[in-house]
Amino acid sequence: MSDPIPVPELVDGESVEGRASTRSATAAAVRPRRFGAWYIAEHRLLLMRAYGSTIVGTSIGNPLVYLFALGVGLASLVQAPLGDGRGGEVSYLAFVAPALLASAAVTVASEEFTYPVLSGFKWNPVFTGARSAPISSAQIADGVIIAVILRMVATCAIYFGVMLLFGAVPSPLGAVGVITATLTGLAVGVVIMAYTSTVTEDKGQMAIIQRFIITPMFLFSGTFFPLTQLPGYLQWIGWISPLWHGNELGRVLAYGLDEPVWLTVVHCAYLVAIAVVGWRAAQLVMTRRLDK
Amino acid sequence: MPAPVISASALTKKYKDFAAVDGISFEVAPGESFGLLGPNGAGKSTTMRMLGAVSTRTGGDLDILGLDPDRYGPEIRSQLGVVPQADNLDQELRVRDNLIVYGRYFGIPRAVVAKRADELLEFAQLADRAKAKVDDLSGGMKRRLTIARALVNEPKILLLDEPTTGLDPQARHILWDRLFRLKEQGTTLVLTTHYMDEAEQLCDRLVVVDKGTIMAEGSPAELIRVHSSREVLEVRFGSERNAVVAEQIAGLGDRVEVLPDRILIYSADGEAELGELLRRGLEPITSLVRRSSLEDVFLRLTGRTLIE
Repeated sequence: MSDPIPVPELVDGESVEGRASTRSATAAAVRPRRFGAWYIAEHRLLLMRAYGSTIVGTSIGNPLVYLFALGVGLASLVQAPLGDGRGGEVSYLAFVAPALLASAAVTVASEEFTYPVLSGFKWNPVFTGARSAPISSAQIADGVIIAVILRMVATCAIYFGVMLLFGAVPSPLGAVGVITATLTGLAVGVVIMAYTSTVTEDKGQMAIIQRFIITPMFLFSGTFFPLTQLPGYLQWIGWISPLWHGNELGRVLAYGLDEPVWLTVVHCAYLVAIAVVGWRAAQLVMTRRLDK
Repeated sequence: MPAPVISASALTKKYKDFAAVDGISFEVAPGESFGLLGPNGAGKSTTMRMLGAVSTRTGGDLDILGLDPDRYGPEIRSQLGVVPQADNLDQELRVRDNLIVYGRYFGIPRAVVAKRADELLEFAQLADRAKAKVDDLSGGMKRRLTIARALVNEPKILLLDEPTTGLDPQARHILWDRLFRLKEQGTTLVLTTHYMDEAEQLCDRLVVVDKGTIMAEGSPAELIRVHSSREVLEVRFGSERNAVVAEQIAGLGDRVEVLPDRILIYSADGEAELGELLRRGLEPITSLVRRSSLEDVFLRLTGRTLIE
């Protein structure tokens, strides 16, 4: 996304006619250099439209089902007081809802950064097609990520709307949770993408990611119960899990979870750091694979 | 002569110890139709990826439209149309959407690209399939759509890697006709092929490539004149006897090539050679006199046939 670069100096024997084609090339590349990632994102969103009804259906259905089952159903059995709000005890619904919001973003990320990325190299090789256009490999990675961010924001916004309907958000700051949830999904997603971009043969790696990384992450990240309820030797899973940091951040915003300020800063810094490093890694892997 | 649009000098691509392209030099003039002819694995596709400013060279110099692809990749690619060896259309999108999405990659405004997509569908004889899924197209139609897609940015140079490989004869002729029209309109064509007839049909000038190096360069007619005789007599005696007969026909023509399935006798006058053969009491199962082709040039230069 740099500015147009200057036309190189005239060399000996170069004709003015040749220079004209050089100039038109320089002019034609200005927009792709600047907006290439957005063109890729446009393409990705068009592809998502093919399963658009599924996206909308699950975006509305998921929060309804989860909030009802956990926030209303399971909540009636939860006897232990969840007294971790600044304003005192909070309901189980208020406790679980911000974490479900973050989980929704992670679910989208684990869908969009696995098979669709693998497919772009392999079964429907649109990445190699795009690479022949005036777009760089890093821009292709950026475009894929931008499109998924947009989908995560949309999914989380709908989720948040349903949370409001259930009366699950005590503080107005809770709305910022849409952004922190998306950041959580992004942190998990770009790391997955950096990995799936290296896969040349599908030997079930995507299912392994789902079963042995994503699912345990949901269970051990303080989503359904506070992390402190786990035995000490399992709590480290939460500390390294982006989802735990995202869950806690969502709770701070939604009902004022009582935790030291430095810890809230750590949550933010940790998620941003993983997102930045993972994003850069995804760009590099994409470049190594497409530019050889 | 106008400045070349492509100029390669000692162009090299090495993967660790293996040189896929080993120091090739050539120039392509604007409006010219230039071919790289060679067998599979000769380094044609690697060369095309370097010309396409996707793959970075490891040695030599390369200049495309006055620009170095190492630094001006997007600038160069904005002026190229690329038809890769394997179709990489988006199979999940409809035919017309493939053109629109691709046009957008070049930063072409939506309204312009929509108009251009309709024109290109006409050109590719796919107007009636605009709303079809790519998956439902035949191989020839997919190829034409890939060519239409490569033209969406009105390129100065069209790079075609094995454009008709895998197509049936009718589909190949339709494609050749479309490419010929582009050539008439002044588009520079660079194509690779391992089909002699394709090279003869489409190329003004070509290089014969083998094992990453250039074996010969010239127009199809020149190459044939320099490296082969005017005519070729092909005779078959049956795979068992070819080798035995070879000794008896020594001295016939300018040169004799004994292949597993047939014997080729190179000569200015094929019929005369056949008469001499019969006078010697040899009776081939089949005989054929034909003009020399690029296949013969390749055989002469490398000792191998193009399609093995």
